[in-house]
Amino acid sequence: MAPTARQTTRPPVERIGPIEWLRENLFSTPFNAALSVIAMAIIYILVVPTFRWAFIDAVWAGDSRDACLAVNTGACWPFIENRIGQILYGFYDEAERWRANLTLFLLAAGILWLTMPGMRGKPLVAVLLLTVFPLIAYVLLTGGFGLEIVPTYRWGGLLLTLVIAVTGIVLSLPLGILLALGRRSDLPAVRIASVLFIEFWRGVPLVTVLFMASYMLPLFLPQGMSADKLLRALIAVALFNSAYMAEVVRGGLQAMPKGQTEAATALGLGYWQTHALIILPQALRLAIPNIVSTFIGIFKDTTLVSIIGFFDLLGMIQAGTSDAHWSTPSTAFTGYLFAGAIFWIFCFSMSRYSRHMERVLSAGERR
Amino acid sequence: MRIRVAALAVLAALVAQPAFAGTSPTLDKIKKNGYLRCGVSEGLPGFSNPDAKGNWTGLDVDFCKALAAAIFNDQQKVRYTPASAKVRFTALQSGEYDVLSRNTTWTMSRDVQLGLEFAGVIYYDGQGFMVPKKMNVKSAKQLNGANVCTQTGTTTELNLADYFRSNNLKYTVIAFEKDEEVVAAYDAGRCDALTTDQSGLYAERLQLKNPADHIILPEIISKEPLGPAVNQNDPQWADIVRWTLFALVNAEELGVTSKNVDQMLSSPNPEIRRLLGVEGAFGQSMGLTNDWAVRVIKQVGNYGEIFERNVGQGSPLKIQRGQNALWTKGGLQYAPPVR
Amino acid sequence: MAQAIARTTWWRSRRLRGLLFQGALIAGITLAVVGLVEHVLAEGGASGFGFLNNTAGFDIVQHLIPYSEQSTYGRVLLVGLLNTVLVAVLGIFFATILGFIIGIGQLSSNWLIARLCVAYVEVLRNLPLLLQIFFWYFAVLRTLPGPRNSLNPFDAVFINNRGVYLPRPEAAPEFIWVVAAFALGLLGTIWLRLQARDRRERTGEHSDIGLATFALLVLPALVASAITSFPLTFSVPVLDGFNFVGGVVVIPELVALVTALSAYTATYIAEAVRAGIAGVPSGQREAALALGLSRGQMLRLVVIPQAMRQIVPPLTSQYLNLTKNSSLAVAIAYPDLVSIFAGTTLNQSGHEIEVIAITMGVYLTLSLLTSGVMNLYNARIALTER
Repeated sequence: MAPTARQTTRPPVERIGPIEWLRENLFSTPFNAALSVIAMAIIYILVVPTFRWAFIDAVWAGDSRDACLAVNTGACWPFIENRIGQILYGFYDEAERWRANLTLFLLAAGILWLTMPGMRGKPLVAVLLLTVFPLIAYVLLTGGFGLEIVPTYRWGGLLLTLVIAVTGIVLSLPLGILLALGRRSDLPAVRIASVLFIEFWRGVPLVTVLFMASYMLPLFLPQGMSADKLLRALIAVALFNSAYMAEVVRGGLQAMPKGQTEAATALGLGYWQTHALIILPQALRLAIPNIVSTFIGIFKDTTLVSIIGFFDLLGMIQAGTSDAHWSTPSTAFTGYLFAGAIFWIFCFSMSRYSRHMERVLSAGERR
Repeated sequence: MRIRVAALAVLAALVAQPAFAGTSPTLDKIKKNGYLRCGVSEGLPGFSNPDAKGNWTGLDVDFCKALAAAIFNDQQKVRYTPASAKVRFTALQSGEYDVLSRNTTWTMSRDVQLGLEFAGVIYYDGQGFMVPKKMNVKSAKQLNGANVCTQTGTTTELNLADYFRSNNLKYTVIAFEKDEEVVAAYDAGRCDALTTDQSGLYAERLQLKNPADHIILPEIISKEPLGPAVNQNDPQWADIVRWTLFALVNAEELGVTSKNVDQMLSSPNPEIRRLLGVEGAFGQSMGLTNDWAVRVIKQVGNYGEIFERNVGQGSPLKIQRGQNALWTKGGLQYAPPVR
Repeated sequence: MAQAIARTTWWRSRRLRGLLFQGALIAGITLAVVGLVEHVLAEGGASGFGFLNNTAGFDIVQHLIPYSEQSTYGRVLLVGLLNTVLVAVLGIFFATILGFIIGIGQLSSNWLIARLCVAYVEVLRNLPLLLQIFFWYFAVLRTLPGPRNSLNPFDAVFINNRGVYLPRPEAAPEFIWVVAAFALGLLGTIWLRLQARDRRERTGEHSDIGLATFALLVLPALVASAITSFPLTFSVPVLDGFNFVGGVVVIPELVALVTALSAYTATYIAEAVRAGIAGVPSGQREAALALGLSRGQMLRLVVIPQAMRQIVPPLTSQYLNLTKNSSLAVAIAYPDLVSIFAGTTLNQSGHEIEVIAITMGVYLTLSLLTSGVMNLYNARIALTER
């Protein structure tokens, strides 16, 4: 309100000094100044003690809880150090952990290839990642072909979290696409079946779905047939998320101009050709930001398997905090901070990527 | 995965021709799989607990090992499935494991309504309470108005309600899904008392920050005969589980231990000779070999050895034999004869 | 060739293929369902809903309706459902408030506030909800004192690691008159507001009715209370033995769950609010400022009402998510539907199939109800569009 007079007299370039910046952005009005003070107070109250607790007052070395009890003010990092193997791999045999590392390395390399701008052969890598990689990962992780067999109940920690998340992601995308197409189909039976399927999974909580998969699914199977406990959880996660994925893909499909379908039909392409060659590639591209958001959701939701007795990253930390050897007032929070940091890094990078894609896509639209 | 397992099983079946084809579908499946699937608790020191390397130890675990020794002559051929109290029966019914050895109380409703078969009692227990010392409580009767932490889906939860109601005491129950959560919440001061089977209390006390600050009240408010359970639909498998348990107890009564079992083979005592399969064909009639008990005792020990190693004086729990002493020593452990 | 185009052969007919495909789909689904049902019946897994009349035998820490160990499993279902609804309603309430504050704050012209709100969203949204629930639960338990050293911030309010103890209002029969008086006052304020609006629309004059509204809301109830010699009394919590008795207790599990759920869901609501506000053309803002409205008035009268049309659909799905996420209560012993019905009842009664079916049915109904109500609201605000 007041600075209007000054604006006419001075060129704007000179007003970028730090003091001026502060006045402009933080203290322009009394109300604004009050807000700034409140914000600074919040930051001071939250960030400073957390930082002190996590780093300055923390205990960094030791081999039992006594090291942490002696100081007893900050985080107890030796607890993490002592259990890092379990937190990362669960009970996966120590001698065989290179297989998990190799799998994760392959995955990371593939994803980097896909997300880095300017890399060649992205479609090929994507196809390899979706088809060949799961097979390699399966053999590497479970064993066979000369590798020692590591049963799934020994998997745990971050490895299990990633296995569930990646399988959920890889399975839910194609299922979701089929469901989305089904929901927009001209055939009433297909449409109704898809709608019912989608709305059912979207209407119930994942916990109940996991309960069902884990303890009821076997009752439905023929006598004598049993499915691996992990496999059941994976199926549950995939089915559950395919419903959410379907809605995201449907959003992308709806954004496609009708002319695209009509043009494809006019060219003589059939339903599947039209969708596989014309509609889906464009619609999926449009839906990438939301697909990535769903991925983030899947990744966070993997923690729920700890409720049905899996030791994923969070489950492993929870189990560790109740270990008497490491029971100190700060053990639990140290564990949560560590688990939180890992989850956060994964989710935050995915969300950054999704924002980035959003910008790239909207730039394309504007052109 | 299933294809590969099946292929392996076929291979195993070709290579290792079993001496006797049992008529128990469960036993056949176990032999086909090459391992026993055993439902255990998610972590209860002394009963079933994974160590830092993921190896399971405990009384309930040793019983699974005994079964594996009886079937495969290899106590390591067990797959442990940790099951929460809540889901253990469903998972057993659905065939997720072959035997549930998870400090499970034998009750009429479980035996009759849930379609289970209890093989016997491996540990006579009773529900008790643990309280912080500083509360100055000497008896459970003083717990009026207390907050009590317990695990959900257990008989404990029901006994607690019965006990407080019949004694006209008020209480608040906070029931957790997992054992470790019960302990953590009690340790954090959420409750005035923690209740579970007394053996469990000793184990859980070790998980507290300062075990010495907590006492276990003298009252036992329930009968908790803990034992392994199997599905009702396979009587022969139930027999194997039952008589493996009895063999452990009989071995202790007859003085057969893991150390002396080989010498005992030449013992003149007819009871020992029948137990160890020197006389009679008891093992074969169950679909095993006659020397099944020798394998069990050699690899896992008799009941007394298992007890002392896991929960007794040889363990951090230091629980007295008490009711679990042999009937000849004033306890309740009594196994029918091999005859 | 020309013939082929004119008359497609029968196996190439789109309609026929569609029909065949649908027929196969329906047959497949029917077969699967029939097979499942037969299999389950053969296994003796399901035996009807009669068990709901059996005695439960266990106690529940929080029940909004009378409940004891002698109550039935059916009653447990009801108690669990109400506890779920309680968490959902409280969570939705706080998440909405927090979400709107943070969402608007993200667009604040104050750099620090905007950064702070963005940071809040980025941090909490990228952490698993279960982790946050564990965190809050143990934060609540670890930082609060035991009952004997309770915090006592206000008279008759006690906070300790067993919960927050508040005085419980207990109404004498005469209290009905106070309610009636309050209702009359409420009717009066509504009439007053309508009058004021009429006047504004006729003459354009603004009438200040704030004080009158306040008086109408408070005075009649106060007078009625005085006449009936204050029929509303409070049962005050008192430390007796181990714990406080009397009053009403908010258990720590509820506090932790509501805190975690609303803090987490607020990040999604904030994003929806931000996107909604950003979607309002800037011309609207400029016009409002040009008309002389303050920034607050501009937000309240011009921007938010228009942004709501964009905000409501994502808001609906967040409310649904929050309701479904409340099932994570099972991890910290809050007695919600999943915890005491799909958990304890399932185990004690052994009727897995019935219990899971009921639980899923209840959540589906809750979802349908919530989206139904929000659709009504959406239709209402959409109608105001010209």
